[in-house]
Amino acid sequence: MSAPSENSPSAVRPPSSGADPSAFPGLTSAPGSNIRAVNDPFHGDLLEVSMGPHHPSTHGVFRMMVTLDGEVVVKLKPVFGYLHRNHEKLGENTTYLASMPYTDRLDYLCSMTNNWAYALAVEKLAGQPVPERAEYIRLILAELTRLLNHVCLAGFLLQDCGASGTPLMYAFREREKILDLFESLSGSRMMCNYQRFGGCRIDPSAEWLDRVRALVAGFPRFLDEFERLITGNEIMMARTPGVGCLSPKLAISAGITGPMLRAAGVDYDLRKVDGYGIYPRYKFRVPLGAHGDTYDRYMIRVLEMRESLGLLEQVMKDIPGGPIMDPKAKLRGLRPKAGEAYGRIEGPKGEIGFFLISDGSPNPYRYRVRPPSFVNLTVLEDLCLGHTIADAVIILGSIDIVLGEVDR
Amino acid sequence: MSATNDAFLETFPVTLRDAATNWLPAPWNWLAQGLIAVVAVLAIFGSLFAILTLVERKALGRVQNRPGPNRTGLPYTARLPWLKFTEGKIFGLGQPMADGIKMLTKEDIVPREADQVLHFIAPVAMLAMSLMTFAVIPFGRNLVPVELDASVLYFFAAGAATELAVFMAGWGSRNKFALLAAMRALAQLISYELPLILSFVPVVMIAGSLSTVGIVAAQSSWHWGFIPHWYVLTPWGFAGFLIFMVSALAESNRSPFDLPEAESELIAGHLTEYSGFKYALFFMAEYLGMTALSGMAVTLFLGGWNAPLPFLQFIPSYVWFAVKLLTLLMGFIWIRATLPRLRMDQLMHLSWKFLVPLCLVNLANTTVWHLTASLPLAVRWLLCAVIIVAPFTLIGRSLTKGVAPRTYRYAE
Amino acid sequence: MLGSGLLQGLAVTAKNLVGSFHDPARYTTVEYPEVKEQLPESFRNFPFLVTDNATDPMGALRCVACQICEKECPPQCIYIEKSKDKKPDATGKPQLYPAVFAIDTSVCMSCQICVEVCPFDAIKMDQEFEIATTDRFSALLLNREQLAKPNTYFHQIRPTEAAEVDGRLTAERKAAEEKAKAAAAAKAAAAAAPKPAASAVPTATPAATAPTAPKPAAAATPAVPTPEKPAP
Repeated sequence: MSAPSENSPSAVRPPSSGADPSAFPGLTSAPGSNIRAVNDPFHGDLLEVSMGPHHPSTHGVFRMMVTLDGEVVVKLKPVFGYLHRNHEKLGENTTYLASMPYTDRLDYLCSMTNNWAYALAVEKLAGQPVPERAEYIRLILAELTRLLNHVCLAGFLLQDCGASGTPLMYAFREREKILDLFESLSGSRMMCNYQRFGGCRIDPSAEWLDRVRALVAGFPRFLDEFERLITGNEIMMARTPGVGCLSPKLAISAGITGPMLRAAGVDYDLRKVDGYGIYPRYKFRVPLGAHGDTYDRYMIRVLEMRESLGLLEQVMKDIPGGPIMDPKAKLRGLRPKAGEAYGRIEGPKGEIGFFLISDGSPNPYRYRVRPPSFVNLTVLEDLCLGHTIADAVIILGSIDIVLGEVDR
Repeated sequence: MSATNDAFLETFPVTLRDAATNWLPAPWNWLAQGLIAVVAVLAIFGSLFAILTLVERKALGRVQNRPGPNRTGLPYTARLPWLKFTEGKIFGLGQPMADGIKMLTKEDIVPREADQVLHFIAPVAMLAMSLMTFAVIPFGRNLVPVELDASVLYFFAAGAATELAVFMAGWGSRNKFALLAAMRALAQLISYELPLILSFVPVVMIAGSLSTVGIVAAQSSWHWGFIPHWYVLTPWGFAGFLIFMVSALAESNRSPFDLPEAESELIAGHLTEYSGFKYALFFMAEYLGMTALSGMAVTLFLGGWNAPLPFLQFIPSYVWFAVKLLTLLMGFIWIRATLPRLRMDQLMHLSWKFLVPLCLVNLANTTVWHLTASLPLAVRWLLCAVIIVAPFTLIGRSLTKGVAPRTYRYAE
Repeated sequence: MLGSGLLQGLAVTAKNLVGSFHDPARYTTVEYPEVKEQLPESFRNFPFLVTDNATDPMGALRCVACQICEKECPPQCIYIEKSKDKKPDATGKPQLYPAVFAIDTSVCMSCQICVEVCPFDAIKMDQEFEIATTDRFSALLLNREQLAKPNTYFHQIRPTEAAEVDGRLTAERKAAEEKAKAAAAAKAAAAAAPKPAASAVPTATPAATAPTAPKPAAAATPAVPTPEKPAP
């Protein structure tokens, strides 16, 4: 699958804590060296600032208790839970089917992948096969979701950098096209509730598939323009490299997944590792970063979008006919026999997993979500220490969180 | 020239003023004239501010592929029954009015812990200071509110005082975000006042005058009858103009240097605790400051109110000034629509490591220009261009060393 | 050179500024209240109850108050009370009907699970989205009179799905008719049985329908099947 000598964590740059000032001189001299000892006699008071839950760039109702020395973050305490909705307990008190629409509301940007991960877990639990065509549709939808999530992330990251909405609006323009596709397929732009145990809900028409083809063909033009606007931009190049470096060691020990892990240089993509769905049949590459900084996290996403487009182009060529739903699949009154299953897929934000224990009743005995952005958020303090408050904002933006998923 | 000088439209504003004041006894004349100038500046630039907010939002909208504010029509009382189109949405032209009414009627909230005096004075001071800068800008031939000998110095002194108002607002609000903004504003002021002033010193050197009127007069001729004598068309002038505009962006707290207000970091910075009309005053001061700095850039580098070509002189001088001013303002909006924000330390780096050295080189460059007056123009131009472009490239390269776009490896 | 990236970015925004005036691919805004986009057929918002007769909606509800949707609804926003009596459904079988059918649209999350689990094609998703009200309590709690919409409306918003549903229902009806005929023929053949005196119709005369509901007429359903013979 991959050359281990090149991609094993040990082959990557040795881990560094915080920024490496020597790597980026000049404009980008990182402020990591600005940390002073707290007991410095010339030291003034530290300023404790509560960023959030009402703050423009905390992506919802996230709160960072930041202790600042001047503008440099010396302590950061993330506070979650303002959007807690009892998701897991709800899942244990409703039927298997009734949890499906709730998974839309976890990471409300990527409901399709959430659906898939949950469907995968239940299918494992119930031993439910999935027809061929449904697997294709699931892959298409998952990759479209990846596109829309990454493009939103890029827009929001730039918004956090202070661009007056322009990249965000371009990103949203493209996202809207994908959402239109979702809407015409599933009936809802964001809360798709499309996948079912044993297939998908609605069979996409040939016309819909043509629209996907047209979107895939037109997307690179937008990506090129977006990159012209952003990637070569001196301000972006000054702001993001060397900011919030995540070492592979820390990433692995903290359980980071997704583009954030790959930006740190660790080759771990569930599409390759698990080979779920029909991913093993197609050829795509997994971009890997080397520094694990904000710039890498941004670029990895851009490159992943390009890979997804390539993958979609391949898949769109050979979609088989046939049923979209396994005829034996049970929609209502599903009672898997006692046991447990963990279904996970490579969501746009990382490993999104659902762990289910069944005791044979219509409700799961235990329903547990492994949300990627929650786990990825746990290293926020390690990334932000020694950086300014402005950097903390873009580091948070580059982690790519959705509070619906963090707080559940 | 004299024909255009006496054209009716050209002299119209002055004629109007004189007609209004000449009946007064002579000792009162200057006072009346001064008051008229104040009223004119307030009225013209106040309405320009109103239109500019709308234009900026519409332009930002169009850049972002959306229409921008296009709904607000006129209130019923302002509709003209014989003009049907005033009853519709008229492209959102009623928006500034609606904004103004909203701001005026909004509750003015002052935090209990805030320094009440400073919190009140800050917006007033900010607006007053930015209005004061308009006093010395020549808006047209013979159209300068106050003719001072050192008017350029006066302009920058008054302009710098607005940052103090920002500091007052940040400090007086007793809010942590506002405090951070105040610290940023002061640091930014100190860093950018230097390149701002150094960038126009060449103009003063060449024009031999600190008076804005004198500087404009020095640019009012043409090489060979068609290349205007504007300083922006010389290498040192062009470099100075660019540095001036960059510093002006920072000075007026506009993107990409809007660090005191940094929405994504500090919520609204020094404006966090302001609401209602005080907020509107800040807003107005920001736009007026931007307008004043653009007007100064026009005066210093773009030939002031001079027409670009001799045969275009039949158009009144204040129209030319307005055209140039609006072009620069559009540039401000365009930049805001495009660029992300710099970080505070990078802002300092940009000023101290890049702009200030370039300014100093530019000073030397101007000297070379001045001393090589005997050489042919093209040779002189090339020589001076090399003198400024070489350090620009070198310093630029050293600043961006190691931050080239990266290449990425892929796992199959 | 320093600044080239910035200039590139400025060029992109300038292109978009110009493009937004002539390029529909860039300027995608639809100015909503004046211009309305065609909704995709599968668009879903809140559920409605399908009734087969527009003039007598309450009499021809397809819903038989089986309460499956009530049980399966994830946010539990459906409330159903069964009727005490029965009346014939589309296939002519005497069925219960909902005496009370209420959906709290402030709770409903438009997931469409009620539609999927309904075995009678009685509840479908509406496309009406301009439902803002000034009263967040009673105005958002829809009762069966507000929920009932004729089958023609269903055809109007989702032609494909409605045609499919109608086809299925007609087939079922036909099958039921044939079954009934076969049963009748068998019965007639077996023993020249007495004429069926009691059809299902009279039993459907409501005694305890909701007061606001018009009295359901038995023959109101458009495709009234032959009344099923009572079981011997």
